[in-house]
Amino acid sequence: MVERGRIYGFLGPNGCGKTTAIRMLTGLLKPSAGEVEVLGFKLPRDAEKLRLRIGYMTQKFSLYNDLSVKENLQFVAKIYGLSRRARKKRIDELLEIYGLEQKTNQFAGNMSGGQRQRLGLAAAVLHQPELLFLDEPTSAVDPENRREFWEQLFDLSDRGTSILVSTHYMDEAERCHKLAILETGIKRADGSPEELMQQMGAHVVEVASSNLRQLKQQLIELPEVITAAQLGARLRVLVKDSIADPLDFLVQQKGISSLDELSLVRPSLEDVFVTCTGEGRQ
Amino acid sequence: MNALLRIYAILSKELTQLSRDRMTFGMVVMIPLIQLLLFGYAINTNIRHIPVGVVDYSETGLSRVLIETVSATQVVRFTKHYIDIQQAEAAIARTEVRAVLVIPKDVSQRLARHQSVGFGSPPSSDEETSRPIAQWLVDGSDTMIAAAIKSLRAMPLSELLSKPANRNTPTFEVALFYNPEQRTAVNIVPGLVAVILTMTMIMFTSAAIVRESERGNMEMLITTPVRPIELMLGKIVPYMFIGAIQVAIILSLGNLIFDVPVNGSLWQLAAATTLFITASLTLGLVISTFAKNQLQAMQMTVFILMPSILLSGFMFPYDGMPEAAQYIAEALPATHFMRLIRGVVLRDVEIINMSFDVYWLALFTLAGLAIASLRFKKSLD
Repeated sequence: MVERGRIYGFLGPNGCGKTTAIRMLTGLLKPSAGEVEVLGFKLPRDAEKLRLRIGYMTQKFSLYNDLSVKENLQFVAKIYGLSRRARKKRIDELLEIYGLEQKTNQFAGNMSGGQRQRLGLAAAVLHQPELLFLDEPTSAVDPENRREFWEQLFDLSDRGTSILVSTHYMDEAERCHKLAILETGIKRADGSPEELMQQMGAHVVEVASSNLRQLKQQLIELPEVITAAQLGARLRVLVKDSIADPLDFLVQQKGISSLDELSLVRPSLEDVFVTCTGEGRQ
Repeated sequence: MNALLRIYAILSKELTQLSRDRMTFGMVVMIPLIQLLLFGYAINTNIRHIPVGVVDYSETGLSRVLIETVSATQVVRFTKHYIDIQQAEAAIARTEVRAVLVIPKDVSQRLARHQSVGFGSPPSSDEETSRPIAQWLVDGSDTMIAAAIKSLRAMPLSELLSKPANRNTPTFEVALFYNPEQRTAVNIVPGLVAVILTMTMIMFTSAAIVRESERGNMEMLITTPVRPIELMLGKIVPYMFIGAIQVAIILSLGNLIFDVPVNGSLWQLAAATTLFITASLTLGLVISTFAKNQLQAMQMTVFILMPSILLSGFMFPYDGMPEAAQYIAEALPATHFMRLIRGVVLRDVEIINMSFDVYWLALFTLAGLAIASLRFKKSLD
């Protein structure tokens, strides 16, 4: 359930069904079983009515590379039936919001990934949809542009647009108001990022050691350890929360090479992601 | 109102894209131009200067004059001499020559007794006296060449004997309408309009829709409120103008270079052409709803193009084809347009008097548009 004016995230590995889910919600694919209802419209019956009220930005740039920024926006504006005056006003507005005034006459095909993605967003929100679908919007964009892009998403949601965004970037997922973790088409968990981290069901311990590779192998043999991942000179170990004191638990283990430094740390979204989806893998 | 605006959106987008695609834009002009020049000059059904050889067993002055006389018809051109028939047959087999004239040893006696010489008419039943004066060995596999050589059978020999022609009164008198000089270009150039339009119109539209999916624009397009029929119409209209430009190029150059008249009114011409262009464009749209990529669209275009060239009456007369082939030809828009355009351009016919072809093209267009719109689904599955 995406609340009005909120940003809802689909987080999941590649091939987990994020794009398919979005395509079903926009009426591009028919579900093989079950029913889809979006904004009170039953799909696929009311797909055409729904299309006037949703915006969709595809994963791959889907505007015309051989048209200029302005021509692309003009095209979309005409398709949505804006009058001549309304077209001009809305396009000027969008060019300003998305910083494309300097690029008005440039071909979309010659622009950078960041500019192209801003153009894609401008086209998707041109008709002021209530609900906006973004399919991995920032996969071709550098971190600087990604931050800016999210600022624009928050502006949109502030003005009442509900947004559903799919991603496989943790930092991006963390910005969402609410989040669902998907794996092989099944929702593993949902809630706000904070809720998810609190309810994770595991402790996170960071370990420093001189022989991390060997230590990792030894730790993941233990049934109480969910995973261990190396982060530079440290090992991030997820221990099941059935163990009351994970630090003590690790130190007590026999046959383990030297544990130099142990500390309990705050869980990250990546940890949540790994615990949720790891179950499926084991 | 919104529907019109959406059609206009697709249409103007298509025109803008087309104007930037230099290659395609160039093809619009170059295809009719080059093909007109090429085929206008090259295709010739009045066969002349066929390379032939000669086996001269008599080697007399008479045989040499006979060869000269045959050359003077310009149907054949003597390029080789052979010693005997075996050598001549081998030459035909390796297509060094297409036919060989065999002049027998007794050519002068045969000629003397020949009825055309006019020393009284010998009884034609007399085998001794009614023998032909020489023999042609012909590579009969090409029926057009064979027919040209066969036309030499009754060649008058008056020149050979430098005496006035002793021609019989012909059985029929033939009055040739519309193309009295029997120039092939007069028939080819209007036909070329049909062939070139078939090629370019089907090709452009069949690629037009497939390209949207190939470049990933379709996913965006189908989440917008645009309806299939609007998309189809928006894609067709720009190409109608292109078709009109091509017709203008072919007919005006045909008139300038090959002196092909345009006898009918331009309104009739425009009406016939519009009918055919829309029929071809919708055929292209139907193809585009089947093809998965531009290559497949191209293959299907060629599949339609070949029969349109060979069965439509462009190359070979429709009336000469077996009935089954005529049914297939009737299914092709090009066949109907071939009749209409030759009718308008050469015979100044009002197309309303050829209503069968007119209705057929109109129905074809409507059916094609309906099929394409129904087959085009606004979904990805």
